Amino acid sequence: MAALNAKKLREDFPILKRLVRGKPLAYLDNAATTQKPRQVIEYLADFYENHNANVHRGVHSLSEESTNMAEEARTKLAAFVGAPKPETLIFTRNATESLNLIAHAWARKFLKAGDTVLSTEMEHHSNIVPWQLLAAERGIKLEFVPVELDGTLDLAKVKAALARGPKLFTFTALSNAIGTVNPVLELIKLGKAAGAVVSVDACQWAPHRPMDLKTWGADFVSFSAHKMLGPTGVGVLWGREELLEAMDPFLGGGDMISRVTLEKTTWNVLPYKFEAGTPNYADQAAFGPALDYLTAVGLENISAHEHALAEKTRTILEAEGMTVLGPSDPDKRSGVVSFNVPGLHPHDVGTAFDLEGVAVRVGHHCCQPLMHKLQCGGTARASFYLYNDESDVEAFARALKRTLDFFKVKPKAGVH
Amino acid sequence: MEGDAELQDLYREVLLDYFRSSTRKGKCDPADLRAHGINPVCGDELEITAVLTDGKVAKLRYAGHGCVISQASAAMMAEALEGADIAKAKALVAAFKKLMLENGDAAGLPPELEQLASLEGVRKFPLRVKCATLGWNTVMQGFEAAKS
Repeated sequence: MAALNAKKLREDFPILKRLVRGKPLAYLDNAATTQKPRQVIEYLADFYENHNANVHRGVHSLSEESTNMAEEARTKLAAFVGAPKPETLIFTRNATESLNLIAHAWARKFLKAGDTVLSTEMEHHSNIVPWQLLAAERGIKLEFVPVELDGTLDLAKVKAALARGPKLFTFTALSNAIGTVNPVLELIKLGKAAGAVVSVDACQWAPHRPMDLKTWGADFVSFSAHKMLGPTGVGVLWGREELLEAMDPFLGGGDMISRVTLEKTTWNVLPYKFEAGTPNYADQAAFGPALDYLTAVGLENISAHEHALAEKTRTILEAEGMTVLGPSDPDKRSGVVSFNVPGLHPHDVGTAFDLEGVAVRVGHHCCQPLMHKLQCGGTARASFYLYNDESDVEAFARALKRTLDFFKVKPKAGVH
Repeated sequence: MEGDAELQDLYREVLLDYFRSSTRKGKCDPADLRAHGINPVCGDELEITAVLTDGKVAKLRYAGHGCVISQASAAMMAEALEGADIAKAKALVAAFKKLMLENGDAAGLPPELEQLASLEGVRKFPLRVKCATLGWNTVMQGFEAAKS
C-alpha cells in the first residue's frame, strides 16, 4: 500500500480550505471529531436527493433502496472491523449510548448486588458514569485500576484487580485525553482468563488502527462514526452474538419487536432488537463511503502518519520546556499530544491558539478522574489525523511561540 | 506582531496584572460567606469567602484555579466589593453581569467597577464570558446562602 499523501488527501476535505480568524485552519481536534471528505458529504446529499424513504417498512422502491444503502454500511463495517456477522453490529446514536446500552440491557439483567465492575482511572466519563448510576441503583461495586503517573496501566495491578473476580472489565483501548495506547489484546486476554465479560471503548482506536474483532476476543466493543470521517449521530456497539441474544432490549418501540399483543411482545432478531424506532438511517448509510475512504488510505498508514506528526509536536513542546502528559515511550503513544504551559490555564492556551487558526481542545477532556490523578485541572490537546501535515505542525509551533511570548511564560517558572 | 492586537484586546495588560496579583487571593477563616463555584466546561474553580460585619463586606478573598479571565475577574471583584454595603455589593454584581451578558455600556459602569471595563474584549469570545462571570455568580450564591 502506498504511503499516505496528506497533501493530496486534504483536497477531499472542503472545510480545510476555510480561514479561521483570518488564518488558514489547522484542525488539531480530531480526537473530538473528524472532518468529513466530500465523498461522505456528496453521498449524504445524494441519499436525501434521490433515495430517501424510511427503512425496513415500505415495499416501495425508495424504501428498498434506502434500506439497502443503510444495511450496506453495516456489511462494510463488519468487514472493516472483522465482526463475525453484520447483525452483531448495533447502530446507536454515539459511543456513549453504546456503553449505556451495555449497562442497561446486559448489566441490569446479569449483574446482582455485590458483583464488581472493574474499570480504570483512564476512562472517559461515558465509561464511568453509567456504572456509577448502576451501582447506585443495584448495589453493584465499582473498582478502578489506578493509572501510573506516566499515564499507563501497570499490568500487575490489572491482574491483581482481576484476581478479585469482577463480572465485567470495561476499559479504553486508547486514551482520548493523553494518548496512551493500551495493550488491548493483553488486557482482553487477562479479562477473559479471569472469567470477566470484557468491554472495550475503542472510540480512539477504531479510526486510527486496524482492529480485528475475531482476534481481539472481547465481548463488547464501542466506537463512533463521527471520529472516523463518518457522519454524526452514528455510534456502534459490537457484541458477542450469544450475549446480545440473551440480553433484553434497551429501548421499546417500533422495529425492535416481532409480534405484539396487548399481553406479550416477542423481540425482533439482531440487530433490530436494539434499534427501536426510526434509526438514523441516512447517516448510517453515509458511514459506508467513510469506511471506503479509510480502507483505501489504510489504517496502518494513518497511524504511522499521525504518530510522526504528534511526535514532532511533542519534540517542539519539550524543547520549549512544556509539560507533555502520557508515556515517554513513543511506542505507547498515539497521534494525541496533551500538554500544559507552565503557569497558564489550558483555556488561555486554547484561545491564543485559536487566534492563530489552530484548533486544539482544552479542558479535562471528559476525564476528570484521570486529570485529578495526573495532578492537573486540564490540558491543551492536539490530536492528528490523516489529512494533517507539516503545515499544521508549523502552525502549532507558531501558535505556541506567540502564546509563550505574549504571556511572557518562562518554562518551569510560570507567567511573569 | 499581527494577531497580537486581538490577544491584547482580550488580555489587556490590566487583566494580566490582576491575574498575577495576590493581594486578595486566599481564604477568610472564619468566614460568614463561603461559596464554591465551578465552570464544568473548563474546570475553572473558585472558592469565595468573606467576612460580613454590620451589613458590610468587611473582607473578601478568592481561592482556586483557573484561566487569566476567571482569576483576574475574581481579583477585581474582590477589590470592588470589599468595603461595600451588602446591598451595594449585590448591585455591583448585577451591573457587572449586565456589562458581560447584555452588552452593557462600559462607560456606564459604576466608578467602583471602572477596572472591569478591561473585560469588554471577552464578549467577543462567548465561551469565555462564563469564565469572567464565575466569581460574581459564586459570590451571589454566597450572599443568598448567608441570608438564609
